[in-house]
This record gives sequence, C-alpha cells and structure tokens, in this order.
Amino acid sequence: MKDKNIIDNITTDDYKYGFTTNVQTDIIPVGLNEDVVRLISSKKKEPQWLLDFRLNAYRHWLTMKMPTWAKLNIPQIDYQKIAYFANPMVKKPKNIDEIDPELVKTFNKLGIPLEEQKHLLGGVAVDAVMDSVSVKTTYKESLADLGIIFCSISEAVANYPDLVKKYLGSVVPYTDNFFAALNCAVFSDGSFVYIPKGVRCPMELSTYFRINAANTGQFERTLIIAEDDTYVSYLEGCTAPMRDENQLHAAIVEIIIHDRAEVKYSTVQNWYPGDKNGVGGIYNFVTKRALCKGNGSKVFWTQVETGSAITWKYPSCILKGDNSVGEFYSVALTNNYQQADTGTKMIHLGKNTKSRIVSKGISAGKSQNSYRGLVKIVKNADNARNFSQCDSLLLGNECGAHTFPYIEANNETAILEHEATTSKISEDQIFYCNQRGISPEDAVGLIVNGFAKEVLNKLPMEFAVEAQKLLQISLEGSIG
Amino acid sequence: MLIIRDLHANINGKEILRGINLTVNAGEIHAIMGPNGSGKSTLASVLVGNPAFEVTQGEVLFYGKNLLELSPEDRSRAGLFLSFQYPVEIPGVSMVNFMRAAVNEHRKYNNQEPLSASEFLKMMREKKEIVELDSKLANRSVNEGFSGGEKKRNEIFQMAMLNPKLSILDETDSGLDIDALRIVANGVNKLKNDDNASIVITHYQRLLDYIVPDFVHILYKGRIVKTAGKELALVLEEKGYDWIKQEIEE
Repeated sequence: MKDKNIIDNITTDDYKYGFTTNVQTDIIPVGLNEDVVRLISSKKKEPQWLLDFRLNAYRHWLTMKMPTWAKLNIPQIDYQKIAYFANPMVKKPKNIDEIDPELVKTFNKLGIPLEEQKHLLGGVAVDAVMDSVSVKTTYKESLADLGIIFCSISEAVANYPDLVKKYLGSVVPYTDNFFAALNCAVFSDGSFVYIPKGVRCPMELSTYFRINAANTGQFERTLIIAEDDTYVSYLEGCTAPMRDENQLHAAIVEIIIHDRAEVKYSTVQNWYPGDKNGVGGIYNFVTKRALCKGNGSKVFWTQVETGSAITWKYPSCILKGDNSVGEFYSVALTNNYQQADTGTKMIHLGKNTKSRIVSKGISAGKSQNSYRGLVKIVKNADNARNFSQCDSLLLGNECGAHTFPYIEANNETAILEHEATTSKISEDQIFYCNQRGISPEDAVGLIVNGFAKEVLNKLPMEFAVEAQKLLQISLEGSIG
Repeated sequence: MLIIRDLHANINGKEILRGINLTVNAGEIHAIMGPNGSGKSTLASVLVGNPAFEVTQGEVLFYGKNLLELSPEDRSRAGLFLSFQYPVEIPGVSMVNFMRAAVNEHRKYNNQEPLSASEFLKMMREKKEIVELDSKLANRSVNEGFSGGEKKRNEIFQMAMLNPKLSILDETDSGLDIDALRIVANGVNKLKNDDNASIVITHYQRLLDYIVPDFVHILYKGRIVKTAGKELALVLEEKGYDWIKQEIEE
C-alpha cells in the first residue's frame, strides 16, 4: 500500500440544508449603535423597560472584550458589518394560509411541518424562527387549554410582560459575558415557555431556528419557566444556507426551574459548518444556563453538536435548590476545519445536589475539539456529588481532541469522580467491518454511533434517529 | 469457484507472493501449510482485499468474476469470508448491531429484503449453538474483552451468520486449547456442504485431524511448491519443513 491511509483524504459531503429561500426580507442596514438598538426595539413595538434593558446591555457591551480563553482560533469579527435584524415576513399573516408559501415550503423541506396535525396532543409542537422573526408556532391554542404558554418571545413580551420582566436576564445577566451582552442588546426572536404549577406538558415543545438572509446575525433568546411540580421536554434544532462568509449566531437560553419540576432540554445543532477548506460557516457563540431554583428540581441538557465553523457553548446548571439535580450529555463532532470548545458548568450551591457530565467528542479532518467543564462546590453545599466522564474519539492524524476539566471543591463532604478516555478508529477496525460486507462509511457510522450511544439514548425518540443519521452524514467524506 | 493465476503481491515494496497458482472447487477443503514468513497470511489478506497489500501481477477469478476489482465489502457480499488470525476489538459496537448490519448488507447485495428484528434475533440464537457461543458474548461489543478462544469462536459464529461460499481460516487454531479447537473445528464441519469450500491456513497438523482436507499445499517463499493429499500434513508433522527446503534448493 502506497502510504494510502484509509482515514484521510478529507472532503466534505453535501450539507443537506444549504439551500436559500427566496423571500422578500426586510433587513435593516448593517452596523451597530444605539440607534440600531432603538430601531430593533421599535420594530418589535417593545415597552420602554425592555428598550432600557437593551440599551444598558449595549453600553455595557462596549466596555467588554471578546473572550480569548477558549481553545479557538476566532478571526476578527467586524460587528459593524453585520445586519442585526432581518424579517422574512413583511406582511404579518393572520393564519397559516397567509404565510408566504415559500416559507412553508422551506420549513417542509427541513422536515418541520407548520400545519397542525388533526390528532390530539402527544406529538411535537413547533415554534419556527427564520432570521429574526418567529414564522409560526403550532399547537399554541391546544397547549393554552392546559395553561401552558408556548409562543415566540416577542409575543410573550406583548402578552405576558410581567412574566418576561420578572425572569428575563435573571439567570444570564447582560454583564455575564461579551456575547451575552451583545445578545441582550439586539436579541430578536426565540421561544417562550411557561408551564403552570402541577402541569406535565403532554407534547415535546420545539423551536427550529433557520438563518436565511446573508450578512445577518441571529440573536435567539429563549426563556423557559417551569413552576412547581411540572415537567417539560424541549427540543431545539437549527440549520443555515451554505455561504462563503461567516455568520454570527449568539444566543441566550435561560431556564428557571421551581420545586420538584423537571426540564429536559435537547439540542441538535447543525448550523452550516463551512466547506472542506474551512470557508464560511456559522460562528455559534451561545450562553445557555438553567437555574434549579427549587427543592428537588432537575434539569437535563442533551446536545448533539455537528454544525458550525466555531462552537463556543457551555450549557450550565446552577443547583441552588437543595436536592436539585443537573445532568449534561453531549456529543460534539467536528470535521474539516471546524472548531468546538464546549462543555458545561455545574455549580453546586444547595445541599445534597447531584450532577452528572457525559461528554463524547469526535474529531475528524483537521478539526479541533475541546471539552471544557467546571464543577464547583461552594462551602455550604454539603453532600454534593458529581460524576464526569469525557471520552474522545479521533479519526485520522490531523485533528485534535482536548479536555479541560476544572474542579473547585470547597466542602469536605463532596464526592467527585472524573473519568476520561481517548481512542482512535483504526484502519484495522474499518477493514474488519469491510470484510463482513460493511462499507467504510457505514463502518465509521457504526463505530461513531456506538461511541455516542450513551448520549443519543437520552434524546427523545424522533430526535435520536435523526441524530444518528446526522453523525454519519457529518463524517461522510472523512474516509476515502 | 476460485482460480488464482500467477499471483504476485507486495507489502511496503517487498514481494511476498511470487506466483501463486491455485484452483478451488465447490465442496473442497484446501489446507495451506508452510514455514513462518512463507506468505500464507499474505495470500489470505490479498484475497479479501486488505489495502495494506499491493497486487503487482496475476489474476484471481471468483465464480468467473475478477475478484481483484471488487472492494473488500463487495468480496464479502459475493461470498468470501476470512476468519482473522487476530480479530480486532470494536468498542461500543454491539455484536448484535454489527452482525445485523453485515447480514443486511449481504441480503441487499442479493436483492433480498432486510431481516426484521425478530427474524434476525432468531437467526442469531440458532447460529450461536453451532460454536456454543455464550449468549452474553453476543450482547457485548465486538470482540471487546473476549479471550483468545472466544474471539476465534466468534469468527466462526460470524461465518455461520454470513454463510459464505468460500471461507478462509487464517491460523484459526493458534492460541486455542484442545477443547476450544474441537468446538471451532466442529463448527466449521457443520457449516460444510457441497456448494461451499474452505481454505485452511495452519502451521500444525492437529487442526487437520478435525478438519480433514482434500488437498494440502506447501507454500514456501511465496510459491506453492508441493501439493498432495491429506497425508502430506502427516509427513510435515514428522519431518518438519527442512526436507522441502532441500528439495527446492536442489
């Protein structure tokens, strides 16, 4: 064999969601200043308190610098060259029949139906967001019968201002970090979920984020409130067209969980990752945080991260309530020139709090994939427990896998465990599969899905199958 | 079924096979013996398309088709099976998922519908009996943590599942104690019929006590230098390979 490595010769396969939609879009001029912040707020017809919130955030942002501690090589971003608001629904539709058919077609093509099915509750309700605007939220009325509020954050500001005012920025303040401050200043749409006391949400709630317009950033804002004794499972998916320039997605997700309530938050992140030479792709700089406020409250983060040119994301749990539980399950896959620095923070404040971290990193091509996690036990957090497991799988010789676990334990009763492994898919393993009739692509798919199984099993059924396929598709061309 | 003509092959530029000629017909068992480094395992690897080896000359026909043009997976689907000398471990991939993928690929190749989960599990249960494979092994990851004997039994189990036309057993006896050897050999014999054939590569006569060959070939320095019936194995057992070497050098 002439130095022919089975696992090299890296090329990307088609990104299935790379098409653009031709729809009349109202885009404000590029650039960022106080007038732009005011313009966004006025376009959304916001109350004064929210404009003040935005302006405070903007002024604070001006004093901040982009964080450089992540193991990421982030090119200079010119924030004056980005458009901060793009509305693909120039006419406000009253019902589904009035939505531009192009938009309906787009979401259908993405596998996101905007029509409600006739059958009863039990499926998936969707909030479909394109660029800066929520196109449609399904099953809103049926959910309202149970007292559940599921709508876009813009509608929530208009219809439930007290709830939004009470909780917005309460978990991630605008002072939190550079991208959080930016988001607070210019955030557009995202979802709002409110589960009233004692209600178990019968449907999976989901938001599908789509970037369509060029030169625009998407600043998603999601707020989930789970009152006492509630349960909700929420899913998030995202895609974007293939473009040569990089586009910014800077989101904030805040979750507030009261006594004995349970929130499951699952993400399948498939933003355009750039081409095989590292041109284009989304910069995904995201702050997601759950506050387990109540006694015995629980949060489960599950993420499958396959897209984006750069991912900077640490869904975190603040375990404030006694006996609260936070779990984080992650599969992060990088190929070609993708970079990911992702992980979690488990902040144990309450007594008898438990956390669990399972992180699976898969690196191929020339990509760099880092796990970064903090487990912090404060002085009064008696009997806190954490288990962390970080596994890395390498395909080829030119990619990198890194693990940065931080532990701060300030209470003697804490019990912390940390396990880590690194392995590589060998050509012998692939050939063994070939000899049994399994193609190289399918062999890598089998091995990668086996590696990620523990995390994929945590996803809701509909998503688990999709995620499995996605892992395999994302690696297509990484062997040759 | 299999016709090998003047086959030459290299690894890292070094010629290992230097003109192999061999014909295998349905219903036959061929033993290939020879001293270390004579090219036995290379022959097996080249036949199944291991990319580490480069064929420089010659041809191989499998049911009249040019075998060397097929990808390794298509060779498998066309009915060629190798019981590896050193089966690799694939952590995280359960035997069930692995075999199901393999069996269904074979079925697809033969224009058959994939098996349902229950049909497949039933098939697994039946085939496990053939090599007395522990049910627990089937639920574990492919070869992970298997003992040497378990790995070899697992190879024959896979052979039973895929039902190949031509199976190549590469030193399947190495590292086996006498009980395991018997179980593995019995498994191979049970799978034997008039439509399939086997090439058994071994150092030792003892496997051939259980799997009785129709032909014994001696491979030496990349060529088949002697072919005879099963009695040749006994001569080798008694006299070693030196007399062959002398015969060749003369």
